[in-house]
Amino acid sequence: MEEILRYLNPYNKILLAGCGACVTVCQAGGEKEVGLLASGLRMARKKMGKAIEVLEVTPARQCEPEFALELTETIEKVEAVVSIACGVGVQTLVRHFPKSPIFPGVNTTFLGETVAHGHWEERCQACGNCILEMTGGICPIARCAKQLLNGPCGGSFQGKCEIKREADCAWRLIYDRLKTLGQLYKLEEIIPARRWGVESRESGPRRMVREDLKV
Amino acid sequence: MKSGSRLEKILAKGLFAVTGELSPPKGNDVSVVKRKADLLRGYVDAVNVPDNQTAIVRMSSLAASALVAQIGLEPIMHMVTRDRNRIAIQSDIFGAAALDIKNILCMSGVHHTLGNQVDAKNVHDLDSVQLIDCVRTLRDQGTLLGGEEKIEGKIELFIGAVMNPFADPFEFQVTRLAKKIRAGADFIQTYPLYDIKRFKEWMTMVRDRGLDKKVYILVTLCPLGSEEMIRDVENEFPRMVVPDEIVNRIVKSENSAAEGVKLCVDQIHEIREIEGIHGIHLINMGWTEITRQIAEMSGLFPRPKI
Repeated sequence: MEEILRYLNPYNKILLAGCGACVTVCQAGGEKEVGLLASGLRMARKKMGKAIEVLEVTPARQCEPEFALELTETIEKVEAVVSIACGVGVQTLVRHFPKSPIFPGVNTTFLGETVAHGHWEERCQACGNCILEMTGGICPIARCAKQLLNGPCGGSFQGKCEIKREADCAWRLIYDRLKTLGQLYKLEEIIPARRWGVESRESGPRRMVREDLKV
Repeated sequence: MKSGSRLEKILAKGLFAVTGELSPPKGNDVSVVKRKADLLRGYVDAVNVPDNQTAIVRMSSLAASALVAQIGLEPIMHMVTRDRNRIAIQSDIFGAAALDIKNILCMSGVHHTLGNQVDAKNVHDLDSVQLIDCVRTLRDQGTLLGGEEKIEGKIELFIGAVMNPFADPFEFQVTRLAKKIRAGADFIQTYPLYDIKRFKEWMTMVRDRGLDKKVYILVTLCPLGSEEMIRDVENEFPRMVVPDEIVNRIVKSENSAAEGVKLCVDQIHEIREIEGIHGIHLINMGWTEITRQIAEMSGLFPRPKI
């Protein structure tokens, strides 16, 4: 909140844009959160003796051009935009509205699984070449602090990781699952050095074009 | 001979090896390296030179190992995968081989968030098994990792790996040893031994798979001379638990230092009875001078001439 107030300091009329997709599900940037944050901002600015007008909008999916463009008229009426979609949504707006200052309102954290209501854990790093078939469906790239591919380090203790004691050791989970499946032989195989530089983010921003989906 | 190192020769002859530890300074003070080398020379067959251990910034293991080699002690250069990608790794190995370093110890390294540069980005381009495979490729195939490209010169390194028989999942620690051997490990050094019962169980599984015939196993021992040192060991090896029995023996003793030495000497006698153990690695938590005393008291001094 303080961070948002700081970069909104020069503006008196803004648009607060949520997104109806993933951030609604994880209750970080849906319509409800837009309402709450908007009231919070109005109150905080009033208290500072510098009232701000906050318009609110929550398109179905901020990361798709059709929905983003629905905001054109509204964006033209404001001095700046705060988006509480993920970082992709923010950048979709940036691409379509080159003249408007657009700020992120949340820190996009990770690709997570809803473990229980109000509890998310990182599961995938979108590394570009899935190895889940070798690791019992549990990803050591996303879930091991050292991204080890051939078993746990010396810091695996009673099922937990030495870095974050509340975190399960990914290799413990892999071991237990393969044991249950009668597939411990899979752990004997050496997983060779990965091609990070070709398959992952290391090759620069990734891009996918599907000719069959173009219209 | 794969490397012609003294350590390799000792082990190949079936002699009981002794390695020590020389922790590089937190800066460029060469006198620290010299002082510790003087304490260890003649008492160990080779000396481990850690690579920014516990993720605390220190003089590089490559530079410190080269200094150690220059002053007449054989280094075992540690290399962690935490801080370098495969370009830097292979480049540093070329440099090490050029500077007369003949032993390398491959590991992932303590996570950087447990050290003094917690804001760093860690690397882990390779893991420890892949690093072992990388060194073996350089040495035996004479090519770079994953490539046909021939290297100029000849890499001769005795390849070490680390195993923690006290980590979980317990059985997996045997599978993992088998993997490290298959990747190219010539010798291993364990985590510090305090829980002898568990260690013996692990060694039984190791022998059942015949792994003790495929790799030289050096057991790490770390004498504990005070309550503070117990805490230091538990910090250096997160999740390492020193059993209460040992803690009590040290803490309640009127002379903790002497008791710690005696305990370590007892441990040496006990592990020499275990089939499949080829040597010990004596670390010291900065108590470098104690290595001499323990080597003498356990009958491991003088070291054989080869």
